[in-house]
Amino acid sequence: MTTIDEQAAPIAIPIRPDETKVERHERLHLLVRSPTFLLGCILAGIWVICAIFGYLIAPHDPVAPDILSKFEPPSGEHLFGTDKLGQDVLSRVIVGARAVLVVAPLATIIGTVLGTTIGLVTGYYRGFVDEAVMRLVDAILAVPLIITALVAITALTSVGQSSSKIPLILVIGFVFTPIIAKTVRAAVLGEAQLEYVQAARLRNERGPYVMFAEILPNVTGPIIVEFTVRLGYAIFTVATLAFLGFAADPSVPDWGQDISAHYQSISAGYWWPVLFPSLAIATLIIGINLIADAIAQLYER
Amino acid sequence: MNDAAIQLQDLEIAYRVRGVDRRVLRGVSFEIGQGESYGLVGESGCGKTTAAFAIMRYLPRNAKTLNGSIRLNGEDMLGMSGAHVRRLHATTLSMVYQNPASALNPSIRVGPQLTEVFQLLGVEKDEALHQSEAMLHKVQISDPTRVMRRYPHQLSGGMQQRVVIAMALAKNPTLLILDEPTTGLDATVEAEVLDLIAALRQEFGTSVLFISHNLAVIAKMCERVGVLYAGRLVEQGPAQEVFHDPRHPYTVGLLRSIPRGGVRKDEAALDTIPGFLPRLGATLPGCVFEPRCGLAKEICREQEPDLIPLGNGHASRCHFHDRAQDLPRVAPARLPATHVPKGKPLLEVVNGSKTFKQEGQELQALVDVSVVVRPGEVLGLVGESGSGKTTLARLLLGLTSPDEGATLFMDGEELAGKVEKRSKEQVRSLQIVFQNPDGALNRRHSVRRIVGRALYKLLGLKGRSKEARATELAESVRFDQALLGAKPAQLSGGLKQRVAIARAFAGDPRIVLCDEPTSALDVSVQAAILNLLVELQTQKGVSYVFISHDLGVVRYISDRIAVMYLGRLQEVGDAATVFGGPHHPYTEALLSAVPTLEGEERTRIRLEGEIPSAANPPSGCVFHTRCPRFLGEICVQEEPPLAEVEPGHLMRCHIPVEDLRRLQAEASRAAQAKTTT
Repeated sequence: MTTIDEQAAPIAIPIRPDETKVERHERLHLLVRSPTFLLGCILAGIWVICAIFGYLIAPHDPVAPDILSKFEPPSGEHLFGTDKLGQDVLSRVIVGARAVLVVAPLATIIGTVLGTTIGLVTGYYRGFVDEAVMRLVDAILAVPLIITALVAITALTSVGQSSSKIPLILVIGFVFTPIIAKTVRAAVLGEAQLEYVQAARLRNERGPYVMFAEILPNVTGPIIVEFTVRLGYAIFTVATLAFLGFAADPSVPDWGQDISAHYQSISAGYWWPVLFPSLAIATLIIGINLIADAIAQLYER
Repeated sequence: MNDAAIQLQDLEIAYRVRGVDRRVLRGVSFEIGQGESYGLVGESGCGKTTAAFAIMRYLPRNAKTLNGSIRLNGEDMLGMSGAHVRRLHATTLSMVYQNPASALNPSIRVGPQLTEVFQLLGVEKDEALHQSEAMLHKVQISDPTRVMRRYPHQLSGGMQQRVVIAMALAKNPTLLILDEPTTGLDATVEAEVLDLIAALRQEFGTSVLFISHNLAVIAKMCERVGVLYAGRLVEQGPAQEVFHDPRHPYTVGLLRSIPRGGVRKDEAALDTIPGFLPRLGATLPGCVFEPRCGLAKEICREQEPDLIPLGNGHASRCHFHDRAQDLPRVAPARLPATHVPKGKPLLEVVNGSKTFKQEGQELQALVDVSVVVRPGEVLGLVGESGSGKTTLARLLLGLTSPDEGATLFMDGEELAGKVEKRSKEQVRSLQIVFQNPDGALNRRHSVRRIVGRALYKLLGLKGRSKEARATELAESVRFDQALLGAKPAQLSGGLKQRVAIARAFAGDPRIVLCDEPTSALDVSVQAAILNLLVELQTQKGVSYVFISHDLGVVRYISDRIAVMYLGRLQEVGDAATVFGGPHHPYTEALLSAVPTLEGEERTRIRLEGEIPSAANPPSGCVFHTRCPRFLGEICVQEEPPLAEVEPGHLMRCHIPVEDLRRLQAEASRAAQAKTTT
């Protein structure tokens, strides 16, 4: 056994200090210093704050009509003017963040979880299931997303109670599932070629363990990137559906709904009840996309 | 000396990685005379390629030249304008890369790519075409007109590299840089390409900078050599002198790590270099090699030694250069003796075939292979790429199921073709160490989890007993327990491979398949891993099926050898018999293709032509298209059987073994006569 000790001593020198920790730290540092990321965080952060504390921040009651002062242009009293019922546009924009920022992230989470599962299963098992599911996915993706959502939501709301967040969240989540499944599948295909997956087979691991414990942790990068990108799209979809009359809760201020209620008044010169909610949607989506870009860049390096 | 083709003076280069400048070259100076061939050796990460790219002015954007100068024919290169550098690339500087497939444009036919080089020099189009064909002739492409009409992907790796060399030499450059030009090629092709480079260098009188991690290749190709370590030139001198009288502990360590001159595991153990290469850009106040050097003293830590001249152009950057060869060994001089208990076959494949379907074509990766593995033996599997070695390994493991008609036995009991259908006991008994530890270890799992999971699944161990066994395993593969919590990315290549070995041994296997387990590693690490494998084998009495393209390594570790060509076994026998001869003509060619450090000229048998496609194998003996000892019609018509020519020595050849013995003895005598005169 002396031979072992002789050889053991020098090989055991751990010269490499926590390479991954150093790397992760350097990565985070880079992310925090990236102007894209910072700007994205500021834009999205403002709206998150509005969503949480909206009613406290809002200068006026967003749902109190004032027939005497309707369509007042932006002024010191009403920074963003008032709408056709005399409600304060600024207050409605601030409070309206909540409707979007509850539905969109939840829907995206559902879509990501489902999509990831489908992507893992099809990418790992391949074969017939993969063929069948992927053809179905292609078929769903061939139809414009918003039409699929509209049909689904009409079907759901006609069965159950109307004006609920749940069907909206579910529908948007389902609609996003196929595209996320495709992305995840592509990443899984690459991973499944690696030998650690074969090593798992050589110790009789079951499929679910290989998929969720072995492969999943290695494809989190593309999943996170896909999540942030889809979040942007989800916000847009929520707003579009609200504009088309499928708001989560019609009694609560909602950007898409407000635009829809006032866009016909633009021709009469009342541009402010439409412009400000539109800007709100735009800035929120731009913010989220900037964050998505920064994260994607980080993983590309 | 003003007649140097290229002169590097104190070159210091740093890469900016994640916001920090990290030095990769720490003041490198060397020069290459007109028509001289200079070799740069060192393990990966030492800065060899950075030096080459610096000369080409091809450094990536995050690189910064901190200090020093590069002079090409006396002209300062670093101050040159971009246009000037481009002109140099067109006329005087050439580079050949490791991977010819990515050096050629895949969407342009070979002809236009090659003629472009001449046209850039101002040659008319028709004349350029003529010269291109002549150039392809010079790189020994027999049918240039046809090759010029092809796309790069339609050529084999060896042919591609010839085309790249032809392009590089087309402009008759002053300096040709070869960056690992044969690393991706098979031994037989490598031999041809190296011969070609040597011959062309004679003809063109080009100065050559030859970069390789393979010391034997450098010894064969270069007059002078520089040993690079951590961005520092630690030794320099005439190649033969450096390799036979090394004066730096790093060079000494490297040389001791290689299995040389047909050494075997029971004769001598390989030595290793302890520790790791310093991190990129680490600050090293003293000698760069000090942390890993067995001779290091106080002075080495404090003061960096100069490059001390030793006469005859030989120089060493070591305070104790006169004692370098007394460097204490790290590994014991001998490994515990291995004895091969001949017993009943442990694992057996009978008539194993595997056909893959590819775009409607049938590809026979394995044809009628019957092999036994006996308890406690190492069966070496040798052959060029595409010979079916890995397919055979996967078939044994049950990762690929064989064609109908094949049977596998373990302990005389039939073994299912699919791993999922095998008993727990059988799965446990057969494990593998993969070539690339980066892909073989889950990068998100800690070492403890990787090893622990195998212990849980294969032995059913849990909790404390699992922890205890994991620690034991780590110890037996010399893996520091403190690192059990680390993730693979935190470990060096050698440590990762130790983890992979620990995992393979977790279930107390009886046979471990080693698929090129050291080919992704540097030589010093390779030696440590080989020693470890030998030691584990004697301790645990396991058998190995050892796949490698490196004949030195296979010879070192194997008890028996199986030589494969195009999915068929060509020769099987004891290691001593297969290497000692008489050999199958294919084995003979493989052996003579390997360059040796000793520089002895062995019987040189050249393999001509390409490895045929497995989709369309030659008739009769599949080797007849390239066979150096081709007999005649019988080889084309009839496939010879794998016959026992001597006790325990099987060969698939029409030539009677006595004739082979005589022919090969004659050839070897002739070669010896040539070297002595």
